[in-house]
Amino acid sequence: MSTMRSLTFDAIIIGGGGAGLRAGLELSQSGKKTAVLSKVFPTRSHTVSAQGGITCAIASADPNDDWRWHMYDTVKGGDYIADQDAAEYMCTEGPKAVFELEHMGLPFSRFDNGRIYQRPFGGQSKDFGKGGQAARTCAAADRTGHALLHTLYQANLKNGTVFLDEWYAIDLVKNANGDIVGVIALCIETGETVVVKSKATVLATGGAGRIYASTTNALINTGDGIGMALRAGLPVQDMEMWQFHPTGIHGAGVLVTEGCRGEGGYLVNKDGERFMERYAPNAKDLAGRDVVARSMVLEILEGRGCGENGDHVFLKLDHLGEEVLNKRLPGISELSKTFAHVDPTNAPIPVVPTCHYMMGGIATNVHGQAIAQNEDGSDRIVNGLYAVGEVACVSVHGANRLGGNSLLDLVVFGRAAGKYIESALNEGVEYLEPTQSDIDAALVRLNRWNESESGESVPELKRELQQIMQNSFGVFRQEDKMEEGVKQLSDLRERIAKAGLSDKSQVFNTARIEALELDNLMEVAEATAIAALTRKESRGAHSRYDFPDRDDENWLKHSLFFPNEKRVGKRDVNFAPKTVERFEPKIRTY
Amino acid sequence: MVNNITNFSRSGLSDWVLQRVSAVILAVYSVFMVGYLLLHPNLDYTTWSGLFENTAMRIFSLMAFISIAAHAWIGLWTVATDYMKPTALRFGFQVFVILALFIFLVWGVQVLWGA
Amino acid sequence: MLQVSIYRYNPETDTAPYMQEFQVDTQGRDLMVLNVMEMLKEQDSSLAYRRSCREGVCGSDGMNMNGKNGLTCVTALSEVVKDNKLVLRPLPGLPVVRDLVVDMSIFYKQYERIQPYLLNDTPAPAIERLQSPEDRDKLDGLYECILCACCSTACPSFWWNPDKFVGPSGLLQAYRFLADSRDTATKERLSELDDPFAVFRCRGIMNCVAVCPKGLNPTRAIGKIRELLLANAT
Repeated sequence: MSTMRSLTFDAIIIGGGGAGLRAGLELSQSGKKTAVLSKVFPTRSHTVSAQGGITCAIASADPNDDWRWHMYDTVKGGDYIADQDAAEYMCTEGPKAVFELEHMGLPFSRFDNGRIYQRPFGGQSKDFGKGGQAARTCAAADRTGHALLHTLYQANLKNGTVFLDEWYAIDLVKNANGDIVGVIALCIETGETVVVKSKATVLATGGAGRIYASTTNALINTGDGIGMALRAGLPVQDMEMWQFHPTGIHGAGVLVTEGCRGEGGYLVNKDGERFMERYAPNAKDLAGRDVVARSMVLEILEGRGCGENGDHVFLKLDHLGEEVLNKRLPGISELSKTFAHVDPTNAPIPVVPTCHYMMGGIATNVHGQAIAQNEDGSDRIVNGLYAVGEVACVSVHGANRLGGNSLLDLVVFGRAAGKYIESALNEGVEYLEPTQSDIDAALVRLNRWNESESGESVPELKRELQQIMQNSFGVFRQEDKMEEGVKQLSDLRERIAKAGLSDKSQVFNTARIEALELDNLMEVAEATAIAALTRKESRGAHSRYDFPDRDDENWLKHSLFFPNEKRVGKRDVNFAPKTVERFEPKIRTY
Repeated sequence: MVNNITNFSRSGLSDWVLQRVSAVILAVYSVFMVGYLLLHPNLDYTTWSGLFENTAMRIFSLMAFISIAAHAWIGLWTVATDYMKPTALRFGFQVFVILALFIFLVWGVQVLWGA
Repeated sequence: MLQVSIYRYNPETDTAPYMQEFQVDTQGRDLMVLNVMEMLKEQDSSLAYRRSCREGVCGSDGMNMNGKNGLTCVTALSEVVKDNKLVLRPLPGLPVVRDLVVDMSIFYKQYERIQPYLLNDTPAPAIERLQSPEDRDKLDGLYECILCACCSTACPSFWWNPDKFVGPSGLLQAYRFLADSRDTATKERLSELDDPFAVFRCRGIMNCVAVCPKGLNPTRAIGKIRELLLANAT
């Protein structure tokens, strides 16, 4: 391995989705030598699947809209464990970030006055919950993520970002001081392994929905960034918080945007009843996603589900008329016909809550700097490491993310990290060069797979992992099931450590990539499971039969999972926004 | 921008327009010729050469010959650049076509005015 | 049992590509082609192909299925299988890296060549640039391209001159920016397209329209570019 090639950049960004590309753009514009390394060609990243829009108080649909209302909704939606300084930053910087996207060419839909079209989304309100439903989600039909991702890729091309397309990041390189000084990466096309050195390593690897058997997430969402951080000994935050999106197409798991309900669609049970009126009398179908998903599961469990097995409910859209569907929701009609064999203009779409989003991740501040914890429980910045987007936990989403806030999170914090790294590099940072043994440490698991003789197969182990998570860590959770799940995962970890890779070829070896991804799925699943078992309350997306109430006395906290001891600690939630009064925790109803 | 020294006008747009204009001229000329032949079922040499003594007919015919040359050149150049990858073969073919078209054109002029 | 015949080539071990036969038990279900490939990959983990979103929006899994290009994740077996047989080949006309994975560099190069980003030399306002819904409608059918390369690799003109002819995908994107009321570089864009190859190698074969998995119409966009070139030059 002494002949391993090394590449050096001012900043290396791992992941070419919305957050990575936004960070890359900021740095390229500032003249830094920036590379975006992605295991797929950037426009194949999962941001492309975002549909409904990007929520932001740009005061287009309502000229009196206020970012404070957006911030209130975000904090309430997160069930009060969203960091209020971060939510404040996102909601104030948001309009700038959205206008920049428009200036780059993002083809937003428009109102008659030429301004950006905004639609209502779940959990949105005016006047701090007192002024009724708001329409705050900026949309490009129902293809906002596609439009956003392509626009950002194009802007990076324009600004000369270096792209390492179809390269796979294996592990972070840590120097003797514990600073992150680069990453080991594998060129998928040639099989060459290189060390990429940089003073700023940005994880923008997205989510890990593939730990569940049923997910709206792309096949590539395997939690690579979380896995790398955990193997580097760093803690991850709020990993028990997984969002189940109310409307995944039954059977296929493909997402149907919340924008469907924003445009006037609603859910019905087998009796044709609009059941959300019972669970959320005010917001109805536009309550928080966690609330809607739980209501759906209750309907199904109580025997009011639709279909032969009563295992789903219907999303009714036909009353919207063909024109609205064609103009505002064209992609949905296409997906519905392909995956549900249903034309929404004349029949309802069968839907079921489906794993969608990881609220947890690597704890960061608003600059994207990764945070670990000192012995005394205070925050410690991890030098050289940044995280942005779904892999990060800033935390603006708390225990439950609002629809449309993920795209905003990507661009606001991608941009913020870029700006911060630029100034840090200008001021000058020096870290110890990694030694050969630092590099070798990051090569351990690649070598393990490369030298494996025989053993259980990767797809089979992956299927088992997904099934464990689906069964024990779904919408509703309880102690005994979770304990069993944690035990099964621990057995599975041992089996994965002995699993075999039969294809050892160099050129475009996707079997090897899938094996490396399995390691990351395992890390994410275990962190999720142990954190979920430890948080003994119900908050946001984390809902326990045995602890049905929110426990602000003990758990108005972030959870922090430490990989070495497999221990869950706590971290304070930020309640100190800079320009507004803090929002005190209240009972959360819609 | 791809530059190419052997195409007709150095501009894709002019080539494209020329090909279409020449096609229209050739179509009109063909329709006229077919119509003329149908209207004169027992055509003899005197009538035929009388037709070509008319200056308007000579101009019309010359226009059609030039159109054939331009149309064929643009079309065959396209075929050559699509299918003939070895440079020597492609260039040789292009020179051959240019020469042939030039010879046919001069010959056509001679036929029209020389008789 | 479904008979699946797959193009295989691993440059490290094979001197030439070959077709490998598989049998798949679909249990009568109308699966997507991608599902079948996943089942095959469990039988033979060395089979290489790209995939990501599995819902037809990322454009990773363009492939030639029973002779026609398309996305495997949104193509049901019932749409392509004939006589219980499915033949899978890489997208035609591009160099094969391994099995069903092609080298798309030249395709991306043509995309980059048309300057696929908004050019506007006026100072940006403090809010968004305004655009009427009518002007915005002009981008429908253009911006939705997912760069899957199904169209360009079905285009004979692109096969013969992939280095000079922009190809249907790139031209669709070229027109997406020409048609954008916010773009001010129309003249510069057109001047880059007025050579005998970039646009004019399109012979109107319309394979691109026939295969586009998003139902887009590059031929129409190419026609519009020609009209703009003509209007600009006369």
